[in-house]
Amino acid sequence: MTSESDLAKRLHDDAPPETSKTASPARALLAETVTINRTAQELYDFWRDPANLAGVMENIDAIEVIDRDRSRWTVKAPAGRTVGWESLITQDEPGRAITWQSGPDADVANSGRIEFKEAGARGTVVTATIAYDPPGGTIGQFIAKLFQREPRIQTRRDLRRFKQLMETGEIATAARTRKQLEEEQV
Amino acid sequence: MRALTWHGKHDVRVDTVDDPEILNPRDAIIRITATAICGSDLHLYDGYIPTMKAGDILGHEFMGEVVEVGARSTLQHGQKVVVPFTISCGSCYHCGKHQYSACDNGNPADNQDIGRELYGQPMSGLFGYSHMTGGYAGGQAEYVRVPFSDVGPIVIPDGVEDEKVLFLSDILPTGWMAAENAQIEPGDTVAVWGCGPVGLFAVQSAFLMGAERVIAIDHFPRRLELARRFGAEAINFEETRTYEALMEMTGGIGPDAVIDAVGLEAHGFFVDNVVDQIKASMFLGTDRTHSIRQAILACRKGGRVSMPAVYGGFVDKFPLGAFMEKGLTLKTGQTHVQHFMPGLLNAIVEGKIDTTFLISHRMALEDAPKGYKMFHDNQNEVTKVVLKTDLAMAAE
Ligand SMILES: NC(=O)c1ccc[n+]([C@@H]2O[C@H](COP(=O)([O-])OP(=O)(O)OC[C@H]3O[C@@H](n4cnc5c(N)ncnc54)[C@H](O)[C@@H]3O)[C@@H](O)[C@H]2O)c1
Ligand SMILES: [Zn+2]
Ligand SMILES: [Zn+2]
Repeated sequence: MTSESDLAKRLHDDAPPETSKTASPARALLAETVTINRTAQELYDFWRDPANLAGVMENIDAIEVIDRDRSRWTVKAPAGRTVGWESLITQDEPGRAITWQSGPDADVANSGRIEFKEAGARGTVVTATIAYDPPGGTIGQFIAKLFQREPRIQTRRDLRRFKQLMETGEIATAARTRKQLEEEQV
Repeated sequence: MRALTWHGKHDVRVDTVDDPEILNPRDAIIRITATAICGSDLHLYDGYIPTMKAGDILGHEFMGEVVEVGARSTLQHGQKVVVPFTISCGSCYHCGKHQYSACDNGNPADNQDIGRELYGQPMSGLFGYSHMTGGYAGGQAEYVRVPFSDVGPIVIPDGVEDEKVLFLSDILPTGWMAAENAQIEPGDTVAVWGCGPVGLFAVQSAFLMGAERVIAIDHFPRRLELARRFGAEAINFEETRTYEALMEMTGGIGPDAVIDAVGLEAHGFFVDNVVDQIKASMFLGTDRTHSIRQAILACRKGGRVSMPAVYGGFVDKFPLGAFMEKGLTLKTGQTHVQHFMPGLLNAIVEGKIDTTFLISHRMALEDAPKGYKMFHDNQNEVTKVVLKTDLAMAAE
């Protein structure tokens, strides 16, 4: 995931590589960071059970837990279709980080890592890094369509919902009626 | 239920819409008894605020009776509450610092994108104030859904009239925070631009915080008269050259602190104002900023600038040089209402602060469109319109 230009850039500053203006890694890479006013252990525990994630992520049809490290993801796609993949936890660092990768039969190949770093009175700094096939290729275009928006924005919104749920016990909505809320969640 | 809805510039109507429901565990449903039209609502009425949608329910100053609560609300059925206009969770880092209007969680996740683009970080949700601040339905209605009802609404003791406490929802804490942001020291002279509700409460608060003199600036005689009643000296900017007058009145030093309580709707035939107005009407994206420019020029060297007035976008000809060279300090922001409510409620109950002097008109909710037009067209007479759900509609 690190290209020559990433390395060159690091000689000049200390910013995370995915914020580089010039890096062109082999796979599209995005990272989003949010600070959550909870302990790293609490946040890790929530994230370690994939069944919890359907509530904070958009466009999820179902997440079935297969065993402790494997889960089957079904995601809504345009025109009422769905796409899916098996997700495998490849590295588990309790209270600190989780790394995953999609299985060989995935409709959309993807991999990612979520890290939880204690930040004192501010809570925990949570960074999600997600790699997927670069935009432009057919799969990339498909992903853009699939998420109906830029994956970065999608990820940012998912992290905000995660933060809301962990900090407040609920996910904020401006809906006034149950009907409006359901329309929002489609 | 009936609710005041926005349909475009100078077009608000009372429509029948679906009643609100409890959607989250910390929600409560309030039956509105009294709600007010705010100077900030005029920015919506005049079409200055982007991200409004036809049918949006307005109103962010309201109070009423608890009629339904979610599982985690701490309110009880039948309690009388005043609701802060800022929707804040009480549990994020910013709420922990009592910076409630900077709450990370009050604004729904998807609506935070705009704030991030425009301001760098999204702000809290607000009731009835465009989709950038959440798109929440407001309280100029019969009922309202109040999220985070365990941290926002303040319970009002029995026997205290609505009119005495309604303004805890916004303008009283806003005027108070404006004075606090002016960091007043005993013996100070404070100048306040704008004698609307916010400016008038800032005048009252400044005296309570130890200001020796307060100079109030407006062009509406009735509003200036209200400022005078609290002991302020008045400048009518239509009759007087404000900067020159301030210099003469302060021995050439300038006021120690200046408060801009005007904002986007700055009136007056000043060259910079007219240019701002033309650009704003063509959506060329500048705010009308005459009052803050003048406040910065008049302020004494090393003085403090407090800006409760609302600005939304970019400004032209902001006197950054004067600001820097004179070593001024600027404090501003949407009010951290929850932080100020308990102390101010006590002050009202103890009779230290009067709020009812402000109310010039009481109307039925059904008459709200008339109320908007009057408040917009006749600011001299109309200082504050309170809408009540138990009043009958006025005869034509
Ligand atoms: N910071 C917050 O959280 C917060 C909360 C409420 C209101 N506000 C803002 O505070 C401001 C005042 O609110 P309000 O309800 O008192 O509004 P208002 O419209 O009733 O009052 C504004 C007053 O300013 C006067 N004025 C206009 N141009 C002037 C000028 N050039 N010099 C001096 N005075 C001038 C007007 O005559 C009017 O009396 C608005 O911008 C409003 O949006 C901010
Ligand atoms: Zn207001
Ligand atoms: Zn908060």
